Amino acid sequence: MKRIEAVNDFVVKFANVNGSGSASANELFAKSILRMGVPVSPRNIFPSNIQGLPTWYEVRVCERGHLGRRGGVDLLVAMNPQTWERDLAEIEPGGYLLYDSTRPLQPSKFRPDVNVIGVPLTEMCNAAYSDPRERQLLKNIMYVGVLAALIGIDPAVVAQLVGEQYKGKEKLLTPNLDAFRKGHRYAEEHLEAALGLRVRRAAAVGDRIFVDGNSAAALGCVYGGATVCAWYPITPSSSVAEAFQRYCSKLRVDKDSGENRYAIVQAEDELASIGMVIGAGWNGARAFTATSGPGVSLMTEFIGLAYFAEIPAVIIDVQRGGPSTGMPTRTQQADLLSCAYASHGDTKHVLLFPEDPHECFAFAAQALDLADRLQTPVFLMSDLDIGMNQRLAAPFAWDDARRYDRGKVMTAEMLESGREFGRYLDVDGDGIPYRTWPGTHPTRGAYFTRGTTKDGWARYSEAGHDYVANVQRLLRKFDTARTLVPAAIERRAAQPTPFGAIHFGSTAPAMAEASGELDARHAHVDTLRIRAFPFGEEVERFIAGHDTVFVVEQNRDGQLRTMLVNELGVDPARLVPVLHYDGTPITARFIIDEIGARVSGANVQPITRHKVA
Amino acid sequence: MTWLAKPTLHHPSLPTNRLGYTRRDYEGRVSTLCAGCGHDSISAAIIQACWELDVEPHRVAKLSGIGCSSKTPDYFLGNSHGFNSVHGRMPSVLTGANLANRELLYLGVSGDGDSASIGLGQFAHAMRRGVDMTYIVENNGVYGLTKGQFSATADRGSKSKRGAVNADSAIDLVLLALQLGATYVARSFSGDKAQLVPLVKGSIAHRGAAFIDVISPCVAFNNHAGSTRSYDYVRAHNEAVNRIDFIPKRGEITADYPPGEVTEVTQHDGSVLRLRKLAPDFDPGDRIAAMNYVMAHQARGEIVTGLLFADPDAGDLHQRLGTPAGAMNRLDEAALCPGAAMLERINASLR
Repeated sequence: MKRIEAVNDFVVKFANVNGSGSASANELFAKSILRMGVPVSPRNIFPSNIQGLPTWYEVRVCERGHLGRRGGVDLLVAMNPQTWERDLAEIEPGGYLLYDSTRPLQPSKFRPDVNVIGVPLTEMCNAAYSDPRERQLLKNIMYVGVLAALIGIDPAVVAQLVGEQYKGKEKLLTPNLDAFRKGHRYAEEHLEAALGLRVRRAAAVGDRIFVDGNSAAALGCVYGGATVCAWYPITPSSSVAEAFQRYCSKLRVDKDSGENRYAIVQAEDELASIGMVIGAGWNGARAFTATSGPGVSLMTEFIGLAYFAEIPAVIIDVQRGGPSTGMPTRTQQADLLSCAYASHGDTKHVLLFPEDPHECFAFAAQALDLADRLQTPVFLMSDLDIGMNQRLAAPFAWDDARRYDRGKVMTAEMLESGREFGRYLDVDGDGIPYRTWPGTHPTRGAYFTRGTTKDGWARYSEAGHDYVANVQRLLRKFDTARTLVPAAIERRAAQPTPFGAIHFGSTAPAMAEASGELDARHAHVDTLRIRAFPFGEEVERFIAGHDTVFVVEQNRDGQLRTMLVNELGVDPARLVPVLHYDGTPITARFIIDEIGARVSGANVQPITRHKVA
Repeated sequence: MTWLAKPTLHHPSLPTNRLGYTRRDYEGRVSTLCAGCGHDSISAAIIQACWELDVEPHRVAKLSGIGCSSKTPDYFLGNSHGFNSVHGRMPSVLTGANLANRELLYLGVSGDGDSASIGLGQFAHAMRRGVDMTYIVENNGVYGLTKGQFSATADRGSKSKRGAVNADSAIDLVLLALQLGATYVARSFSGDKAQLVPLVKGSIAHRGAAFIDVISPCVAFNNHAGSTRSYDYVRAHNEAVNRIDFIPKRGEITADYPPGEVTEVTQHDGSVLRLRKLAPDFDPGDRIAAMNYVMAHQARGEIVTGLLFADPDAGDLHQRLGTPAGAMNRLDEAALCPGAAMLERINASLR
């Protein structure tokens, strides 16, 4: 039978039952390969469920450093009988199936083109441990031991990781190490050369860190000076607020007084959470909320008010599929339009698109600066793929000389010196007015905050010319935003080409991998990674410089493409949508398939594998 | 309403408070509400209370939702920042503002539509969180700005101006506030300034969630026979449980009352609420008894007014969150940013 033989380049998928304790064992597997110096990119595929439904953990091992989802499975660790058939179907021909052979299975249960490795995990656990919960949990660690032996992971690396995880918890450390060793020994004794997939020590990880985007965004809010966090639980964003709490309890507690230099409120709903953020922003604190699409829908009335009343607010939107439950535990980039134009009336909002945890951190801190500078809501558009999966990323960076940009705030001294204060006057020509914080001066600088019914001095006015002057100024302010947000990043193909591809956010790793492969196939495509809305001049230049521009997105309707057409007046015929929206993260294979086939005159071998692979 | 501009010159003999401000310094723009609107009397009571308490006007933040009542913060304390926010959402905006700077006084003004219908959830949660604020509902039982629809506080069986009879049960915000843990709860009547001004003063001195429901007749849409929020009806059914004197901590207590007729409540700032009992069986220190009393009397068609409950030792949201004593909006990089060296340690822990 054919055997897939690969070193430092394969995909392992674990099929587990939710709530069985597999997550930490699977993470241990991924991290141990990372410690061997080989890049991995794991992805959780989990149900809307706490216990019992199927869950998967897919690990791509790739020394070349591709972190996007590859598609296809080389080794399946089948620990969930519920999903046996569909898991088996996903294995590449010549791939491997590792299963619990305690209970014998009919030969018809297997595939003739898949190499089968049976390990009596339940039997071994039952023999070794008496506590039922322990039997279940340690089975996971045991298969990690089997895999370590088969794949060639240094047991010392695993032992060190387990030691770090259970530092000071000897009661847990000892049985975990024991189960690992039992699995390892079994494989050494019974399964020699059963697997053609190997990990070999390398030096391809460098100083990168391994972290999930939600933790990174939360840490960015700590560093960026957020003091108020108001939120309402919603998958996949809840871990942003929880991480903010965790980091604050370590980093923001006054050592002498014990005072907390932060306030976190779990609000009654998203309406209240954004209301609190806006109240805090109005009153001079840096505040943020974390939510997902349905939360943004509930917040839109407030977002409109904050836009017109010009109040700083940061909204972290960890995007997911649609309403209700189910698909919402899958990833999408489908909130662009609902965020960019959130609310009633003529509104437009600043969006930032991080590609990975490094940018989640950096952009979260920058969003707090931008919100203060621009006096407006700023969205950090993350998604489930970035937010809830650990990803290898450049280390977080901070310059101690950096100062928070609190924007145009008129102080008591400025007011005392006789400076004219009109809350909505464009004194500098950039569309950004001065504001005062409540309580600044006994007799100057107070104003009444309301929506659109006002003149430049915040006096009540229903006059049409006052309204027009104000909303025109808001457009000037949005133009100013174009110059302040992170610029798009261009990658030139190996040769000049009339083809371009625009992408953003979590598509980045798949796009980078696809670009290299397309170059190798002489199907050259320049790429542009958009990092913010409003679009900078470089986006216009890029589109103008190419005959055909593919817009690669993870939504059905080509939302970024709609915005490009709408905001830049681009001929829609030149923007070709490339859309992936089944809830799985986009793959390089998919992009190569879609773009390669359309790049005329290019020597592209179309891949016939199923799109979502 | 009037179109006459307010004169900016003050008469030299106007009395000043300890800060040197006259009562006029606590006024705002000219009201645009209907002549005779109860809400204007409440604004006047707020002005009087702040002036008498020597509150620095710019140290007050006044927030509101949407509706006639929510327009009123423009008509008092013109040197305070105001925020006319979203319908029913004032409590959350106020909560956030309060978290940003606990040093200001927070005055939330709302109406019965704003707080009992669209904003019932936010009202409830602000009460249970113990946000340090004075929350005044100007309760007229009707939607004024949209011309006369019943609100959720309208009594069952009461008649609208057009003759429709309200079939739904009324929401009593005072009972809700008591049940939800508000630590200062009162009901008053816009036509009874002598009762309302000390109640407002007591609420400003209170630390924690202070709620005052003020029956405030709508002269345009709810002041007719068959209404239970008209001036005539409220005057005829007002059942005050106490008369209140507010005594700042520096003040001397001069009046003498026979023992048993007076209850004193000393709040955390040292100020004293001296309550002359009008109902001998009423104790404003007993939350459950207050709920029973209000429900029993309202079942008889009476409107119970006065200070209904006060917990002088109440804490607030900041206390529960353990935030710094000063304003959080003043914290700078040194206080908030853990710095590059710490970030390196965090990076190291993620490898």
